[in-house]
Parts: sequence; C-alpha cells; structure tokens
Amino acid sequence: MAVDATTAGSGLLLGDAYRRLPTWSTWAFLAGSFAVALVVLLVAGSPGVPGVVVLGAVLFVLASSITSRVVEGPRRAADRLATTLVTGAFLLALIPLVSLLLLVVTRGAGSFSWAFLTTDMLGVFGDMTSGGIHHAIIGTLLVTAAAAAISVPVGLLTAIYLVEYGRGPLARGITFLVDVMTGIPSIVAGLFAFALFTLILGPAFRAGIMGAVALALLMTPVVIRSVEEMLRLVPNELREASYALGVPKWLTIVKVVLRTAIAGIVTGVMLAVARVIGETAPLLLTVGIVTGVNWDLFDGRMATLPVFAYRQYESGGAGIDRAWAAALTLILIVMILNLVARLVSRWFAPKGAR
Amino acid sequence: MAVTTTTPPRGGADVSPPASDAGAAVRAASTGRVASKVFAGLSTGAGVLILVTLAAVAVFLLVEAWPALTASREELEGISWFNGGSVAEYVGPLVFGTLLAAVLALLLAVPVSIGIALFISHYAPRRLAQSLGYLIDLLAAIPSVVYGLWGALWLIGQLDPVFTWVSSALGFIPLVADYQAPAKNILSASVVLAVMILPIITAVSREVFLQTPRLHEEASLALGATRWEMVRQAVLPFGRSGVISASMLGLGRALGETMAVLMVISPGFLYSFFLLRPGQHQTIAANIASKFPEASGLSVSVLIATGLALFVITFVVNFAARWVIARRAEFSGAN
Repeated sequence: MAVDATTAGSGLLLGDAYRRLPTWSTWAFLAGSFAVALVVLLVAGSPGVPGVVVLGAVLFVLASSITSRVVEGPRRAADRLATTLVTGAFLLALIPLVSLLLLVVTRGAGSFSWAFLTTDMLGVFGDMTSGGIHHAIIGTLLVTAAAAAISVPVGLLTAIYLVEYGRGPLARGITFLVDVMTGIPSIVAGLFAFALFTLILGPAFRAGIMGAVALALLMTPVVIRSVEEMLRLVPNELREASYALGVPKWLTIVKVVLRTAIAGIVTGVMLAVARVIGETAPLLLTVGIVTGVNWDLFDGRMATLPVFAYRQYESGGAGIDRAWAAALTLILIVMILNLVARLVSRWFAPKGAR
Repeated sequence: MAVTTTTPPRGGADVSPPASDAGAAVRAASTGRVASKVFAGLSTGAGVLILVTLAAVAVFLLVEAWPALTASREELEGISWFNGGSVAEYVGPLVFGTLLAAVLALLLAVPVSIGIALFISHYAPRRLAQSLGYLIDLLAAIPSVVYGLWGALWLIGQLDPVFTWVSSALGFIPLVADYQAPAKNILSASVVLAVMILPIITAVSREVFLQTPRLHEEASLALGATRWEMVRQAVLPFGRSGVISASMLGLGRALGETMAVLMVISPGFLYSFFLLRPGQHQTIAANIASKFPEASGLSVSVLIATGLALFVITFVVNFAARWVIARRAEFSGAN
C-alpha cells in the first residue's frame, strides 16, 4: 500500500525529531495492557471477560498515546490514536455479530431436530415441548416464492427499461424513486398490502398473497438495483456486434445482454430473496399465524418462520426455545441463500466480460 | 427467430432480397418490429408501474386512514387503547418516540460506521479488506426478528450493569436518571437499532471513501502527513456529503424498523427524555405491529393513519438522502 511509504521514508531522516517506536511496540503495549487489566481485576476480585476487555482497551489507548507522544511527538501520537480507534470500531461491530450468531446457534440447537422441522403446531399447547415449524417453513417458502414471482418480472423489465430504453426525465424519475422506494419501512408495505386487499375483498380477507404483495413491494427495488448494475456491466461492443448482424433490439436484449448478465442477475435475485425472507412486520399484519399447514396462497392465514418466532417468543415458556430454533432455521436459510448467491456469481460469471 | 431473415432494425441499407423471399422477409421484419415495440412497451410499462405503485401506497393508505381522520371525538374514544383527543394528539408521542429512538441509534451508529468504513477502505490490509466488508454486510442479512430475540433475551441483560452504573454515577443528569431494571427502555432499543443500521451506513461511506482521488491522498502523504492527517485532509472532506446521506439512509431504516423495538421496549405514550426508564416511549411501527392483529373497524383506520405519518416521515428522509447523493454524483471526481 502507498500509505506504508511514510513509515519507510521517515527512517531516512535520522535525528531526535524523527524517533519512532519499533513496529512490535503496538503488540507489546496490547499484551501489557491486557495483562495489567487482568491482574488489577483479579486483585479487585471480579475478572469478567467484558471488564478485562474494556479496562485493557482503555489502558492500551492511554499507554500507547502517552509513550508515543513522549517519544514520537504529538502528530505521531494522534496517528496512533486514530489507528487504534478505527480498528476498535471494527472490532466493536464484531461483538454483536459474534454474540448473536453464537447465541442463536447455542440456544437454537437444543430444540433443533428433524422432528422439529417436520411437525407442525397442531394440538400443541401449554408447556408441551413438542411441535415444530413444518407449517411455517412451507408458508415462508410459498409467500416468498410468490413475492419473487411478482417482483422478478417487474424488476427485470424495469431494469431493462432503465438500461436499454430509458432516456430523459421519466427514466431519471424512475431511477430516483426506486432508490427512495428501497427506504419504505416494511410495516408500511404491510399496511399497503392490507389496504389494497381489504378495499377490494372486504376487511376480513386474509391470505398468503397479501404478504407476498407486501414482500414484493420491498423486494422489487432491490431486484431493479442489482439487475440494473449487472446490465450496465455488459460491454456495449456485444450489443453493437449483435445489431450489426441485423438482430432486432429486443432479441439482442434477450439473447445477448440477459444471457451475458445471467449469473449476476441470479445472484441479485437470490440476495433480494434473502433480504425479504426474514421480514416479520408486514407478514404479522397480513398473513398472521396458524397452527397447521396451509398450502393455499389465496385463502386463509398462513404460518411463516419470522412470525412464528415472534409469536413463540411472546408466548414465553417452552415457546422461547422454539423461537430460538426457528431463528436458527431462518438464519441458516438466509446464510445458505447468501452463500449460494456468491458462488453462482463466482462460478457462472462470463469469462473476461469485466 | 432466424436472425438471417430479419432486416436491420434501424432501417439502414435496404438489401433487396430475391423476389420469392420478399414476402417472408417483410413479414419477418414486421413481426420483429412488432415484437420490439411490445418489448419496449412492456419494459416501459414496468417502469411506470413502479411510479404507480409508489403513488398507490400513498393513496391506499390515505383512503384507509380517512375514516379515522374525519371521525368525531366520541367515536375515537370508543377505541379501548385510544388516548388523546384526536388522531394528531394520538400520533404526537409516537412520532416523538420514533424520532428519539432513531436519532439515538444514529448518534451511536455513525461514529462507529465511519470508523469501520475507514478501517476497510484505508487501514485494513488490501487482501483482507473485501472479506472484512462481507463480514459487516452479514449484519444486514440477519432477520429483524432475530435481532429482536437477541436484544430482548441477551443484550438487555448485558446492558443492565452498565445502565445501573451510569444511572448511579451520572444520575444528576436528567437524561440518564432513574434507571429501572430490566433495561426495556428506549436506549436499549436504540442500541439494537444502531447495530441494525451499521451495515448500510458503513457500506455507503466505504464506497465514498474508496472514491477519494488517489492523487489527493498521495499529495498529502508526499507533504509528510501521517496516515491520520491524510485521512483528515483528503478522505473525510471528500466523503463528507456521502457520509451525511449514508446517515440519512440509516435514519430512514431506523425510523421504520419494527420488530427490534417491539420486542425490546416496554411501551408508553409520553413526551419524555428519561432514556433509561421503561414505559415512557413507543415508536409508530412497533405500535402498529402490537395493536394491528387484534384491531378492527375504526381502530384499524387510526393505526393506518399513524402508518401514513411514518410513510411521510421516511419518504422525506429518504428523498433528502437520495437527493444529496444524486447531487453529489453530478460533481463527483476531483472537486
């Protein structure tokens, strides 16, 4: 990196003003600070992990800044402090990630079993620890698939319009409002789907398709954004070569542009699915929860994984364990989708197109 | 369709085909042209559909909220959980709670996000940077209900000693006075929200920081600046508007987030600045989610009216954020 040049360069200018601490000093300070923190807390009598980490970090910042200020001067000291803080910010963000994943795995693994995945909640009540998420998995897959069936064609065509056809104020307006649309709160999407269906079909209407419409509203802008990005990556030479052969524009788009970008498009769609599959609030408002399997998207409430997890958490007792296990299932599905999406884009990317 | 039988779409050189094929060629050309028109129409229609949908969201919410907006005082008082004389008085504390939770989350998340973005763009080893970026993006992939579980069943317990200490040491400041366990207060909810909006703020800031002109950075280093001085002189000024719009996007997310608040906070309907007391605040989204499943008739309209307020607030915030980004794109480069 170009930045490292400063470290090497200043070595040439010898003299008191340019004295530097050796590279290993950072690690020495780090080890020293945490050792002191551990000893202090052992003497005080409460050496918990959070206490040692916090005290060690404070000691490290103080020790390294003061030493650096004395030896290297205030500018280097500020530089060191900034490096520490920036690295610290990153490590801080890992705390929720690691703790959350650990928690979900350890708490969820207890109830997570094949039986849990293949039974539903019919006839489960009170403190019974049986029951499972079969109905919720089916509901989640159906609703999400329906949402994808709505949003993928619309998103794909809109992206094609923006990249291949769109000129002038309409295209600019759509681009801008798609961005704004990504910020629609999920609960508002739920209210919209509810308002749409109840105005037409009466206030008591509940069906999986309502949730699918709500999810589609959230998913479409994400699909548009990622497909648009992929289409813009297709080199113009390919389009021109196709036109030069006399291929009409629409056929060029279908056979050349889309085919070149297909890996990226699949990845984008899968990431969009992964994003909405965990949405809870809109489904809570529209699809609700039931205890058994419902295969019909157009009639009656359905169970979905996120709503199931929330309802079980609310009911407490044995429900908490089921909530964790459902959360584990949900995270597994999301992670698998993410992983497969990245693999698809890596394996099937057209060679040399970028 | 066989490519060889179609004429060039742009109507360029007119190659006259052999007489026997003329009819077929004309037919093929005309179907090609029709198909092109249909395709262009379809894709334009999809684009227009997006605009129509966005308008429909506003219209449908307004239509459904109308009965509540025009209802009399007596009718509204018939709703068991309704407090305040009118819809506006009802939604007031909710808007306050929503804004307070989102702003607190933003205050917590922005400094950390800038740090992470700088770490990934300028501090981490280049080979590691991309995977570290994925790690942060992973935070965005976790479903909100899982954040809710994490917040309600783990984080609250961890924050309890911290809040106890802060409240006893700094209790003379009204903001943090009067902590009551468990930590089902607005600050805990904001911490969860902050974690949830970290990825988007980081992602946008990171992109902007990476766009800093290399020449600016190298010029700064060549003048003898340390890495931090280079960041302060070249990277941060260049990325300022990007960070601002990233923060506003994060604000939009935090305003609309439902489950984390619903599961963590113990609700109340006050204009209160006691951040550590439970039962003081509630957000619009969490309020809708908690009351909607059991609501019917006019109470549904009231909740949809509050949802309309949320939609307007987030729309304005997102609109402003995107406007800043779009305006910045016009001036991007070494300005």
